[in-house]
Amino acid sequence: MSATNPSPLDAAQVAHLANLARIALTPEEIEKLTGELGVIIESIAKVSEVATPDVPATSHPIRLANVFRADVPGETLTVEQALSGAPERDGDRFKVSAILGEEQ
Amino acid sequence: MSTAELMDFDKAIELFEPVLGFEVHVELNTKTKMFSSAPNPAAPGADAGEPNTMVTPVCLGLPGSLPVVNEQAIRFSISLGLALGCDIAPSSRFARKNYFYPDLAKNYQISQYDEPIAHDGAVEVELPNGRTVRVEIERAHMEEDAGKLTHVGGATGRIQGADYSLVDYNRAGVPLVEIVTKMISGAEHDAPELAKAYVSTIRDIVVALGISEARMERGNLRCDANVSLSPRGSGKLGTRTETKNVNSLRSVERAIRFEIQRQAAILAAGGTIIQETRHWHEDSGTTSAGRPKSDADDYRYFPEPDLLPVEPSAALIEELRSALPEPPAERRRRLKDAWGFTDLEFQDVVNSGLLVEVESTVAAGASPAQARKWWTGEIARIANQDSVDPSSLVSPSDVAALVSLVESGELTDRLARQVLEGVIAGEGSPADVVEKRGLKVVSDDGALIAAIDEALAAQPDILEKIRDGKVQAAGAVIGAVMKAMHGQADAARVRELVLERATGSAAER
Repeated sequence: MSATNPSPLDAAQVAHLANLARIALTPEEIEKLTGELGVIIESIAKVSEVATPDVPATSHPIRLANVFRADVPGETLTVEQALSGAPERDGDRFKVSAILGEEQ
Repeated sequence: MSTAELMDFDKAIELFEPVLGFEVHVELNTKTKMFSSAPNPAAPGADAGEPNTMVTPVCLGLPGSLPVVNEQAIRFSISLGLALGCDIAPSSRFARKNYFYPDLAKNYQISQYDEPIAHDGAVEVELPNGRTVRVEIERAHMEEDAGKLTHVGGATGRIQGADYSLVDYNRAGVPLVEIVTKMISGAEHDAPELAKAYVSTIRDIVVALGISEARMERGNLRCDANVSLSPRGSGKLGTRTETKNVNSLRSVERAIRFEIQRQAAILAAGGTIIQETRHWHEDSGTTSAGRPKSDADDYRYFPEPDLLPVEPSAALIEELRSALPEPPAERRRRLKDAWGFTDLEFQDVVNSGLLVEVESTVAAGASPAQARKWWTGEIARIANQDSVDPSSLVSPSDVAALVSLVESGELTDRLARQVLEGVIAGEGSPADVVEKRGLKVVSDDGALIAAIDEALAAQPDILEKIRDGKVQAAGAVIGAVMKAMHGQADAARVRELVLERATGSAAER
């Protein structure tokens, strides 16, 4: 990242993103990621150069819509299967660190 | 906050204009979840289930699992949008709402953002005083419900100070429609009643559509209420708070009233309102501060790449429109006529939010007058005493069964109230309670006559008095007989028998 081409992202934004994702970063890591993520953003931004306002955003390579499923119950996991990947469990529930936040 | 820091409600409305807004979440009662074929705990007759028994890899956000949209949930959402007078979007899309909290295992909720399925509608809401308020709907969008967290440890069992949390993902992925109103001004003194009436109207609509079980106490229908106060004449909007966890019609009304009084007291004292989430506490009737609106509300929405757009055909929309139940106002007019209620009687039912209950009870075979009497009388009284909604106490079919036992003479009103208590206490159907508690009316005349004879023997002058025309003297005998029968006799029948005895004896002379 040269001085004439500053990163499109600053350290404060990276710190904010890390906070949203509940990832603890050191100042060194923030600085490193600011540069690395900046390169990615710049590469992706190339697309905007050819996008025009009359072209709707594409979310899928093939023009498809209305792919639905009938409302019929299928197989479920057993409790043991469901919890097999849990880092910790308490009875039949997942046990996680208390996080100060709330249901959305 | 103590109640001392609240401003008198009338004074608050004199100084400030309340502006309201509501977000109502409706859990759809499809058989399966929104994006997976796991059974839906909000389906008719279903319950929350044992923890983590109603989950698939999609509900747990396991790698490689992919969501597929439930077609019935789309149909239900369109029907709801139409019933709310909304336009249905010819093309709408799902989006990821990103947040890192374990109530959803994926770290995002599939919701809709800038392309909701329904937008720009309105509902007419009738207030207890007869006033009708038009509430405009901004949008109704589809999303998935989150799992249920239980916070363990800490002094209060609430999240603050909890040591860890336990997660049950049965509810994760239940289809939800979130209905968002535009800002509602002009409610003035009626603001608390409007809040209750609005949620009640939404409940009536989803019940009539048959798309949700709509039990607030079970979280099928949840309301977040926004309130802000604008100083009169300032022309400026106030800062709003959003009160969550309001899970009964009664609490919606109380929470709005409380927030108006709380905010008014702060503003009048020169303070400022903090834009924040507030939690409603049913027991104390107060709200307390939750987290402030801040960085945490940065959800980085983007289109859900795993799902395709929803593009309902005009034919489908028209099919669903033609199948809509009658609009609530027309329905109320029809029911009032059918039931033969006076304005006052009907308003009583509507204001208590019991229209659906009375209608279902009548459908189950009870007379409209009896259905109204029980719901707005004894059941409402018990509900009020326990601070719950009447509909959470007893089912319409049980009330109809109770009415039928009274009408057949098997129960007196007094016994029926005891049976109702038993049904509410979970002792089974009215017939079960009658059986278990042995509450049948003594309809055997022989037993009644024996008791009457005993009572007359103790008070021999009574027959003379009755013969002398002092019919009210029979009251003492009736009282004694009812006591001897432990209340399980039909007082009118006892009276008949006493009078028969007096006149019969007279004829013998």
